[in-house]
Amino acid sequence: MDTKNPQSAVVVENLSKTFKLPHEQASGIKQLVVNKFKGKKGYEVQTVLNDMSFEIKDGEFFGIVGRNGSGKSTLLKMLAGIYTPDTGAIKINGSLTPFIELGVGFNPELTGRENVFLNGALLGFSKKEMEKMYDDIVDFAELEKFMDQKLKNYSSGMQVRLAFSIAIKAESDVLLIDEVLAVGDAAFQRKCFDYFMKLKKEKKTVILVTHDMGAVRQYCDRAIMIDKGRIVHQGKVEKVAQAYQKLFNDELTNTPNKEPDDDKRWGTGKIKGQELKVTVTKDTVTLKSTYLVNEAIDAPVFGFNIYNSRGMNLLEGNTIREKVKTRDLKAKEKVTLTWEFPNVFAADTYSISVSSCDSSVTEYYDWYNEAAYFIVEREGNTAAVIDPPLTVEEVVYS
Amino acid sequence: MKLSNVFSRRNRILLRELVITDFKLRYQGSALGYAWSLLKPLFLFAIMYVVFGLLVKLGSIEHYAVYLLLGIVLWTFFAEATNQGMSSIVGRGDLLRKINFPKYIIVLSTTISALINLTLNLIIVAVLMIFNGVEIGASAALLPLYILEIYLFALGLALFLSALNVRYRDTSHIWEIIMQAAFYATPIIYPLAIVVQKSHLAAQLLLLNPVAQAIQDARYVLITKQSITIPTLYNNDYFEIIPIAITIIVFVGGALYFKRNSKRFAENI
Repeated sequence: MDTKNPQSAVVVENLSKTFKLPHEQASGIKQLVVNKFKGKKGYEVQTVLNDMSFEIKDGEFFGIVGRNGSGKSTLLKMLAGIYTPDTGAIKINGSLTPFIELGVGFNPELTGRENVFLNGALLGFSKKEMEKMYDDIVDFAELEKFMDQKLKNYSSGMQVRLAFSIAIKAESDVLLIDEVLAVGDAAFQRKCFDYFMKLKKEKKTVILVTHDMGAVRQYCDRAIMIDKGRIVHQGKVEKVAQAYQKLFNDELTNTPNKEPDDDKRWGTGKIKGQELKVTVTKDTVTLKSTYLVNEAIDAPVFGFNIYNSRGMNLLEGNTIREKVKTRDLKAKEKVTLTWEFPNVFAADTYSISVSSCDSSVTEYYDWYNEAAYFIVEREGNTAAVIDPPLTVEEVVYS
Repeated sequence: MKLSNVFSRRNRILLRELVITDFKLRYQGSALGYAWSLLKPLFLFAIMYVVFGLLVKLGSIEHYAVYLLLGIVLWTFFAEATNQGMSSIVGRGDLLRKINFPKYIIVLSTTISALINLTLNLIIVAVLMIFNGVEIGASAALLPLYILEIYLFALGLALFLSALNVRYRDTSHIWEIIMQAAFYATPIIYPLAIVVQKSHLAAQLLLLNPVAQAIQDARYVLITKQSITIPTLYNNDYFEIIPIAITIIVFVGGALYFKRNSKRFAENI
């Protein structure tokens, strides 16, 4: 226990970690002998975390953000005590429960009830304690009728519900939550976010590892962003969230236009979107989409959708709704549409999909997801989806 | 790791739950279920008895059937504890990557499962002893000591092998071969007297194996004074210390090797 500073829940000092990545087939005896003989190592050393130091105060909701491969998961596993540091130290005052995955130890061959007790034991609860909580857990998971069935007969949603209901019973001093917690349907996500809110109100020390800047903005008091095994930003949530989005955006603008995969683009190809220009000002967003006609077509429909970083469809525009009549088109013709709408969006990164289809909306010529991105930056903080200018017109006291 | 932590509350809870799970899952989906843990050594015994007790008579030992069964039951326990223990860490790799807890609990839980099976099997031995009219003397009270010796020896090996198996999966194949050889190098089906006739020294060496010594001693205290033990073969009681010393060395060595490697299980599995 660190008695010098009773205020800190977690102290990480000069933490470094490297992994040996074995070359393919380096584990065979032949290769072992050959490598010894040639003086080769048979593995590569990769530095995953590099001299990392930070402190988490008691009662803080602390965010750790970073892209895939930034060292985020390794840091998470080291905080959880699963990996040991090469150099440096992690001090945790009190007990820590990690949720790297829901339902750790769940076995498909055991019944729901048996799994509750097994998972509970891994979280440190005795059989007696679990018996006391059991009804609560089952109630919350809404699985009364299924508890004596084997877990393999549960739907994945039911499994997650059961696991989550046990997880929220954990009562350690520090909770370490991975973003995988936020899987499942909308109703389950609601429950998750309610749980986060409850933790925040109770002034629990929570470490949240996530990609979701919305969640970071809403719950975290402070955050760090890591990239290539180092802390690149640390401190206020808004600053870190913006740095993350900027990193994401730099990445996008730096990658040359690749041939998009099937998920991203589909359609019969009679018309294809060719160019999309986005202009964002404080008040308006302007889209200029250019299409190339490959085959003669009668009066097509053009449209677009806007999604936020959580994939929520925020805005849908098309020529039918706007009652714009298009004319019949010949091959090789080009069409350019200019759309404009008020910029009411909250700070985030948005993706745009452009599409075109026939007038009865049965045949899609082209649907192009993530045809372009744009970023909205704002002063001040909101967890909401839109952030239009707002004034308090009047305050009346009576 | 402090010794007082070995059986802390949290670890006890976990151990208990893992043993129960192990037991529930072992014969999952089989119609006979737990009966298999009794049936398997019984069938092995039946085969061995027909071949070596009736067809090829290997010496003459009183109560040979019970003598044979006790040997097989104790050997099965040793084999089960080491085999299951060896594969336990790799088998639970999924768990080790998700949550941090003392790794030895996994090995401990599988060896305890083997111990539970042994207890069940010993009930069958007791029944057969009554049928055979074996007189049970006061020395039978020493049996738990010999079981403890085999257990510690097996646990030490299981700790060592399970850690080695994380690094080299060849371990399980090599161990399979070693166990085949060890089965015949241990006086389980044949009376040790046969070896003594050929070479007194070879018999003496065979008995230094803790499993062989423990089995012979267990037979001696439980079934027949004809069972050859270290005091009878060496004419000196003190040689009994050697297998006990081997047991302690293997146990401590295995535990230390395991402890040194366990920190990196999660990343190496």
